Amino acid sequence: MTVTVLEGGDVLDRDGRRRLDVAVDDETTTIVAVGHQLSGDRTLDASGAVICPGFVDLHVHLRQPGFEAAGTIESGARSAVLGGYTAVVASADTDPCPDNPAVVAEIRALAKSAVCEIVPTGALTKERRGEAMAHYQGLIDAGVRFFSDADRSVVDLRVLRNALDYLVTAAEASEVKLVVGQRLHHDLGAGGVMHEGEWSARLGLPGSPAASEELAVAEQLALARLVGAHVHLQQLSTARAVRLVAEAKADGVPVTAEVSPHHLALTDARVASFDPNLRLDPPLRPAADVEALRAGLLDGTIDAVATAHRPHTADAKELAFEEAPAGALGLETALAVLLTDVGLSLEQALPVLSWQPAAIAGIADRHGGGVAVGRPANLAVVDPDVRWTVEPARFGGYATNSPHRGRELQGRVRHTVVDGEPVVIDGAGQ
Amino acid sequence: MVKHLLSIADLDANDLLDLLELADGFTQVQAREIRKVPALRGKTVVLAFFEDSTRTRTSFDLAARRLSADVVNFSAGSSALKKGESLRDTVETISAMKVDAIVVRHRSSGVPQQLTAWTDASILNAGDGWHQHPTQALLDAYTIRQHLGSLEGKRIGLCGDIKHSRVARSAVDAFTKLGAEVVLIGPGTLMPPSLAGWGVKVESDLDRVLPDLHVAYMLRIQTERLGSPLLPDVAEYRHRYGLTVDRLGRLRPDALIMHPGPMNRGVEIDPEAADDDRAVILDQVANGVAVRMAVLYRLVGTGHFPPAEELR
Repeated sequence: MTVTVLEGGDVLDRDGRRRLDVAVDDETTTIVAVGHQLSGDRTLDASGAVICPGFVDLHVHLRQPGFEAAGTIESGARSAVLGGYTAVVASADTDPCPDNPAVVAEIRALAKSAVCEIVPTGALTKERRGEAMAHYQGLIDAGVRFFSDADRSVVDLRVLRNALDYLVTAAEASEVKLVVGQRLHHDLGAGGVMHEGEWSARLGLPGSPAASEELAVAEQLALARLVGAHVHLQQLSTARAVRLVAEAKADGVPVTAEVSPHHLALTDARVASFDPNLRLDPPLRPAADVEALRAGLLDGTIDAVATAHRPHTADAKELAFEEAPAGALGLETALAVLLTDVGLSLEQALPVLSWQPAAIAGIADRHGGGVAVGRPANLAVVDPDVRWTVEPARFGGYATNSPHRGRELQGRVRHTVVDGEPVVIDGAGQ
Repeated sequence: MVKHLLSIADLDANDLLDLLELADGFTQVQAREIRKVPALRGKTVVLAFFEDSTRTRTSFDLAARRLSADVVNFSAGSSALKKGESLRDTVETISAMKVDAIVVRHRSSGVPQQLTAWTDASILNAGDGWHQHPTQALLDAYTIRQHLGSLEGKRIGLCGDIKHSRVARSAVDAFTKLGAEVVLIGPGTLMPPSLAGWGVKVESDLDRVLPDLHVAYMLRIQTERLGSPLLPDVAEYRHRYGLTVDRLGRLRPDALIMHPGPMNRGVEIDPEAADDDRAVILDQVANGVAVRMAVLYRLVGTGHFPPAEELR
């Protein structure tokens, strides 16, 4: 048993900010003392920093099983803790995909060597084909609370409606809360590799119009309203989508939404570099959309920041822009992008990085809660003012596909504690 | 002048005029009995056509040889050009053999720009996706100047598939920078989703602008687009947007008829229009060599001697 004292910082959680030291125990995996002049086996300096609940990412592509050349559960977890995350929700786009409890068991077994909690999701349909239902009850019994076909969407809305209907009753029967995550895709935008507009016209790249996302959001909202199922909209990227979600929420539709740090920071004009690391799904949008996303995050329309972290091999990003696969790294830079580009304070960033996504993922009992004695010790210690240069080679995995490479950002994670054990100390993975 | 030629967007009017004037000198060279100068002796130019184009490749090939460069074809048939191959591997392989310039044609927009990160050689864009075809724009501007003296104040109509056309994108850039008034003519399905910043007018009816045009530039229509969700059929396209025999009579007597080739006679241009006295389509081809010599000279030449002296 080792007790670690985080000393000299401010605690910041849902109850606000106060000057406190925090002692954590890696055996009980809890916070064992909160106060001043605490004693322990070792001390980590938190002066000038903020001790807060660890972050939760609702949308991470760990690439394992199936795509280990790009990333593994272990390397994804290393990335996560460097970014202050203590839990990440593993997208279902693996091979095999978790459409049955055996794959969930495999993911849990692989996750034993991970340095943070890996929350498995279930595929919404068998083999993510958008046709037949996955093994819902088996997945629920295996602890799955979040269902999604990840980067595929269930295009046939009758299939989706049936899935939602079934899961509503399955949740009632098992007395659990279930969430269905959906990618916002509509065929109108098929073939597009960037936002359709001024820049796609200039660069000669096929575009996907904002109207495509608007249609997809409208479909999802109509179904959530019809069935009464909790639908979580993944990766909002347009102003109109934000307005539709705000309107639905005002009507009481059970919907939540996430946005990526990239979409809050970068515009489609950046694609003029033809850097395949800027190829995202959904694509980067113009400044007016970025502004609306920021406003939606601040007014509560958008519930969570989710990175859609997606490691790719170097080869995959050395293709032509339109041939390269979509997706970028996000875990290591999420906090800094929110503080630097979006201009959020830590008080504004923590709800969308930590306790709101924890609640959506159904893990609020162990992540995102208050910093108090007896609580699970999943914490991040953050330097809000320190400036650093993004060097993907120093990230947690071997992939380097960050759209922020070379940028100077403000705000960095100093220490991360998972289950009472410091897994990042002074910005370095342990 | 910059190291690479990737896009007309990277050049200003002075750069364009410099290249056009330089090309004048090379036009004179081509009128000689010996059409060759030693400007690039000892230099190596690789033609890397990831997408085949006999015309453009031949034109670059001749341009480089007439400057005495060594020219190597990186064949389009080789496995490295298959979809999904790392661009980096390919260009690093070429670079490792010490070359001075790589002329790149690729089906995807932006590839020439991406390649600059992985090589010390000059990259010349010979057409990338729907994006840019800068030497085509230069040879077009050169041809217009040759016949009309200048582009200043000239009304140039680009007619047809603007959306999917690298020729149109680079031509619009070049023509507007040189003072021309550009009108884009075509149906909505063939127009880019936005024309913000293009500085052009748009016209859906060719006949409305035809009598005012100093240049009728007919773009090649990809025949697979006909009868697709983009366009009804050949007859309707020809009827609305083709330079037909009937329309020839309404074109100014001093207007120019242009086409980037290869032509679909009877679709975007009737045979009579292609063979009309006002057509300068073969001049475009001829000028292509001189313009490409100018570009190669500017990018790869040592710059030790002024071109005029060199050409004497």
